[in-house]
Amino acid sequence: MPTPPMSPDDLMLLLTLAAALFATGLFGLLVRRGILFQLVSIEVMLSGAALAFVAAGAFHGDAAGQGMYVLVLALAAAEAGLGLGLYLRLRRTVATSDSAGDSDMVSQLKG
Amino acid sequence: MSVGLGVAFGLAGLLSATLAVTRASAARTLLWLLVSLLALAGAFFALTATFAAVLQILVYAGAVVAVFVFVLITVDVSPAALARERDRLRRDWLLPAAVALLVVLPLLIGPGAAGLPGSASLPDAPATAGQGPGIPPLSPKAVGMLLFGPWAVAVEVTSFLLLAGLLAVRHFGRRPPADGATTPAPPPAGPEGGDT
Repeated sequence: MPTPPMSPDDLMLLLTLAAALFATGLFGLLVRRGILFQLVSIEVMLSGAALAFVAAGAFHGDAAGQGMYVLVLALAAAEAGLGLGLYLRLRRTVATSDSAGDSDMVSQLKG
Repeated sequence: MSVGLGVAFGLAGLLSATLAVTRASAARTLLWLLVSLLALAGAFFALTATFAAVLQILVYAGAVVAVFVFVLITVDVSPAALARERDRLRRDWLLPAAVALLVVLPLLIGPGAAGLPGSASLPDAPATAGQGPGIPPLSPKAVGMLLFGPWAVAVEVTSFLLLAGLLAVRHFGRRPPADGATTPAPPPAGPEGGDT
């Protein structure tokens, strides 16, 4: 399949979209206090970075964009697994009702 | 497949990601996240990055969201909790929105495409080493040659990362013993060796 001819304006548009995706994830990370929502926001941020890599790789006709995407994907999967494992552990250890599932739970850890 | 279609898919991904981070219910958030990830996969297909697109569907939208859905089972979904989330969203959204806008502002008002070389000025064969003359530059074969060739060390380091993540999650998931000891009791000894 031949590479589509991508103008620099198209690339800038895609990169701006990727930055907007990252900013949306950042907004979600700052606004939400539930840990599950914060983890989803981090995934959105990572998908923004992935779009930037793949778009740049397509512009230059280089497979390195997709190679970087594979590494970003592995990182996202490891981070999601670890984040959710931590979340479940926190839920089990700190079980009060007013801050259940919040990132405020972390301040109730002993020691 | 045109780049315009890729931009349209990217826009759909952006809109559904915005919806995902602003929902009060965790289930709705995950559904919109799924839509966003699949829209990005469509964008990758439109940019002829088929390997990335298929990986996005299989791993990102498939495995990662599935793990999120498992954890969703433990989330509090009573109306009081949803009302609490909605109040929080309505109260303090201004400062995070300003910070997020600051991140994307340089690309919105900045130099634009002025400094980038046109793709027509690129040579036919991309700069990645070891590629044969007939391999399409964005095909899975090209990505495979990159990952097994010059980037093999990076792949090994990534596998260390995944192994570390696996062991850490296994450690987190361990149930502590009921008597409060910090290390779990050793498993009961099996039949003594030497029988075989």
